[in-house]
Amino acid sequence: MPKVTYVSDAGEVRVVDGLAGDSVMQTAVRNGVPGITGECGGVLSCATCHVFVDEADLDRLEPVSGLEDEMLDGTVVDRCPNSRLSCQIKLSEELGELRVTTPEAQE
Amino acid sequence: MNSTAVAPRGTGVLVVGACQAGIQLACSLREYGYTAPITVVGAERHAPYQRPPLSKTLLHAETSPDAIALRSEAFYADQGIRLVLGERIIRVDRGDGGAGVAYAHSGRSFAFDRLALTVGARPRRLPVPGADLAGVHYLRDADDALALRAALAEAVDVLVIGGGFIGLEVAASARVLGCEVTVTLADNRLLERAVGVPTSEFFLDAHIRRGVRVHLGAPPVRLLDDGHGRVRGAELPDGSVLTADLVVVGIGAVPRTELAEQLGLTVDNGIVVNEYGLTSDGTTVAAGDCVACPPPVDLPDGPVRIRFESVNTAVEQAKTAAALLADRPVPYWAVPWFWSDQYDLKLQVAGLSTGHDRYVVRGEPDTEKFAVLYYRGGHLVAGDFVNRPADFLAVRSALAAGRTIPPEAATDTTVPLKKLIADDPRQAVA
Ligand SMILES: Cc1cc2nc3c(=O)[nH]c(=O)nc-3n(C[C@H](O)[C@H](O)[C@H](O)COP(=O)(O)OP(=O)(O)OC[C@H]3O[C@@H](n4cnc5c(N)ncnc54)[C@H](O)[C@@H]3O)c2cc1C
Ligand code: FES
Repeated sequence: MPKVTYVSDAGEVRVVDGLAGDSVMQTAVRNGVPGITGECGGVLSCATCHVFVDEADLDRLEPVSGLEDEMLDGTVVDRCPNSRLSCQIKLSEELGELRVTTPEAQE
Repeated sequence: MNSTAVAPRGTGVLVVGACQAGIQLACSLREYGYTAPITVVGAERHAPYQRPPLSKTLLHAETSPDAIALRSEAFYADQGIRLVLGERIIRVDRGDGGAGVAYAHSGRSFAFDRLALTVGARPRRLPVPGADLAGVHYLRDADDALALRAALAEAVDVLVIGGGFIGLEVAASARVLGCEVTVTLADNRLLERAVGVPTSEFFLDAHIRRGVRVHLGAPPVRLLDDGHGRVRGAELPDGSVLTADLVVVGIGAVPRTELAEQLGLTVDNGIVVNEYGLTSDGTTVAAGDCVACPPPVDLPDGPVRIRFESVNTAVEQAKTAAALLADRPVPYWAVPWFWSDQYDLKLQVAGLSTGHDRYVVRGEPDTEKFAVLYYRGGHLVAGDFVNRPADFLAVRSALAAGRTIPPEAATDTTVPLKKLIADDPRQAVA
């Protein structure tokens, strides 16, 4: 079963079992993990699902699309090289476990 | 504001309506430290879900109502939020200080200390003969979307009545599914109430480019029966007939105000609330598509109240109402925004362009990547963005910070808008 470790800006850790096909954003919002808003439900309209992906996991993800790249330029906390919009990261058995850190603010 | 908050007497808050606003209200109450019981009653049988996909991926892609659920079942249990689904509240009796009992259609009753109305809106019915024929669809709920999806799979000629977001999104979904699509509307431009003229004109061209036929200023006068009680088309004011085997009506939504009226609350195109989400009785709160509220941004000479149907507004109003009930009142003051997805076009709109006196277009609409920035008295008030998400975010944050973007500079697409955000000279003077 895919698993996501969410680390808050303050260092609090939540580990959530996810479902293959769900995104890192959906998994957080449905389970009440703070730090990810996901207001648009995952259609690249809001940029309130910004996360920093663990360096070790970064290369295992699908590449950033043009639209996601543009949205990342406008996140409330400035982007870093390991920034992603978590609605674009889909969980799968192959991907297995992931670790992300949430920014101080999304809105 | 403290006088309006009543110490919980045990039954806690009853939220009527279990969707975007109702669920947000319940979640925010917990987040703001409310510890008494929270019950959310919803008329629909589905677990609370997001509505935007209903006219988009739920129609043309493999999305199911489960996939668009707002929260997991475990989450509600965890938060101590009691969710009662498939129950429609039909009457509310009130005692003192905001407490009372709500009665469902089934006879079940729900006692409360404080009441929150998040009952949303229903589709406006088409007021012409033939509107109740088989094959005429409306779209508001997941069940409507499932029925429409099944019908689209069989349909050849789809007629969409209405040129608002839902109508155009359904038109786009039906085209993606390979149907012939015609859109006919009363207004003289698409999306008239939501975007400015250049954006309306762009969407007209974009739909026509993708094979949709559009009739502006042509509200059907009646729908035609095929002789077996099924719709076969619509007659326009000039007597011409559009044939269709499926008709989708998207002519706006009407706020559900029956319960509010029964409670004697002030209603004026929505349940009237103040900037704290409080209704006229001083105890009941309301949020989402069912309310009319003071504009959450400066609108000189604008309307005293607005009703703005979007996820963002529902969420923000729900947070505001929850904050009041949790005795932490903060007025609703935020830049409203929404989006629409049609084909490969992402539209994002920030702010209220009502009463603008100038606009500039950034980028070339024919490239299907452009923005329109609206100004009033030299002051940035809103923007429409097609496939320009970075510009959308820049304008949204400029508006939120009360800053501006000089119109002359904004048309230069080689400079990111984010770099052009400047202090508003008017704000500085004021
Ligand atoms: C097809 C569609 C597409 C949309 N697309 C977008 C989009 O792309 N972007 C965007 O920002 N917004 C979009 N919206 C608008 C957005 O979904 C709404 O603004 C939002 O859902 C409003 O939330 P609400 O909770 O106020 O009302 P609703 O979502 O209408 O929920 C109200 C709920 O209350 C229930 N209810 C009503 N009366 C009672 C009663 N008496 N007892 C019990 N339950 C009751 C209803 O059954 C309903 O479930 C779309 C809306 C629709 C319909
Ligand atoms: S959830 Fe809105 S952009 Fe990711």
